[in-house]
Amino acid sequence: MQLAKHWRLKGSRYRLEGARHPHTGAICFPRPADAAEWEAVPLSGQGVVESFAAAGKAADGFADDAVMALVRLAEGPIITAQLTDVALDEVKIDMPVEMVTRKLRDLGPEGLIVYGYKFRPLLVER
Amino acid sequence: MPKPTLATGIVGYGAYVPRFRITAAEISRIWNGGSLLPITEKSVPGIDEDTITMAIEAGRHALARAAVPATELGAVWIGSESHPYAVKPSGTIVAEALGCGLEISAADWEFACKAGTEALTASMGMVGSGMLAYAMAIGADTAQGRPGDALEYTAAAGAAALIVGPADQALATLDATLSVVTDTPDFFRRAEQTYPVHGNRFTGTPAYFAHITNAGRRLLAQLGAEPGDFRYVVFHQPNAKFPQTVGKQLGFGPEQIAPGLLAPRIGNTYSAAALLGLCATLDVAEPGDRIMVVSYGSGAGADAYALTVTDRLPAARERAPLTTAYLERRVEVDYATYAKWRGKLVQG
Repeated sequence: MQLAKHWRLKGSRYRLEGARHPHTGAICFPRPADAAEWEAVPLSGQGVVESFAAAGKAADGFADDAVMALVRLAEGPIITAQLTDVALDEVKIDMPVEMVTRKLRDLGPEGLIVYGYKFRPLLVER
Repeated sequence: MPKPTLATGIVGYGAYVPRFRITAAEISRIWNGGSLLPITEKSVPGIDEDTITMAIEAGRHALARAAVPATELGAVWIGSESHPYAVKPSGTIVAEALGCGLEISAADWEFACKAGTEALTASMGMVGSGMLAYAMAIGADTAQGRPGDALEYTAAAGAAALIVGPADQALATLDATLSVVTDTPDFFRRAEQTYPVHGNRFTGTPAYFAHITNAGRRLLAQLGAEPGDFRYVVFHQPNAKFPQTVGKQLGFGPEQIAPGLLAPRIGNTYSAAALLGLCATLDVAEPGDRIMVVSYGSGAGADAYALTVTDRLPAARERAPLTTAYLERRVEVDYATYAKWRGKLVQG
């Protein structure tokens, strides 16, 4: 069930927790594997769609017709995430999006429900 | 009337409603339900949504309005009858997602449709006793109705979060509360059963109406107030008709009920229903307005509250989306899509 893996990732998945280098100010997401010098920082969840693609037949545990995107976060990093609350023909490059927490996967009746970040078009214009 | 030692109030609030809708006419089309329908349409959660995800979004809005760091919360309590896990508190996940600190109480509450206000009353007690500075009470549900049953027309999804804090920081002070409870089996679900059962017309007079009028009249009497003293009133809303009828029975007019009457457009959001109605009412209320809220939970009981809006509300409400933002984003789905998403199709 990989309980420990999911537990270890909860900061980045639930709060979009990245890392900031105390000297250079560089922002990194997710936190680097060797994060000793970096401090945890929750990112704003605001971003724009850099690119996107549809996953017609998704892997087990994911929904079909998922729209995957590269999202450029306001703080700089580009991350891969699923879009939600939007149809494929509504997605545009440079479209502003915001982070929401949704179910990522359901690991079955004897497994975990995995929650994490997805992005959706802005509910209210910035 | 239960009264905390310290005065408390709502320092932040947030609403959430999924964007999908199914019309009552579409459900009636499948089940030959006729044209006398209890609501126009109801909200349907997307396949990646549940009580926890909706609670998180409502909770984030409440924190934004309160302008209080999540680490200052002393409790995150979630009332629901659709917690995703049978054993593992929703509050643990919601508290982590909101960024709360380690030193916090997280628990799930249960009392049919008034589980959210149970959490609210408990929050008043903890803040009003001085044990906690702030407590978050959430009502959230993804309600299920048996296919073709009367409940299927209304069982909807939504969430509302309130942060209770000191009255001098409040957007609306919590002036008074009381609760009434009897053993009235109008609606229940046995363990391991997928769908609840209900007593048809028995859910009305001895259940919904008796408890709400009892709680409402007692609160008015103990406050020495009249219905006319309140600008707005919010009732639990299992359909469009019940809250309007009970309002009339208590002496409230349609204009007092209107801003918080969401059931015709989104259905019965169960534990969220009265609290979402309060959120929508706070979206339009002005300083000095008094608001009465009476929730109802089958089984059965009602919680009544009297609030007064403060001059802090108008600025705070702009810090997060208004309830209308969620009501207006609307994507209609047909019965087949709804049945697939809500797990109503037996596979294998």
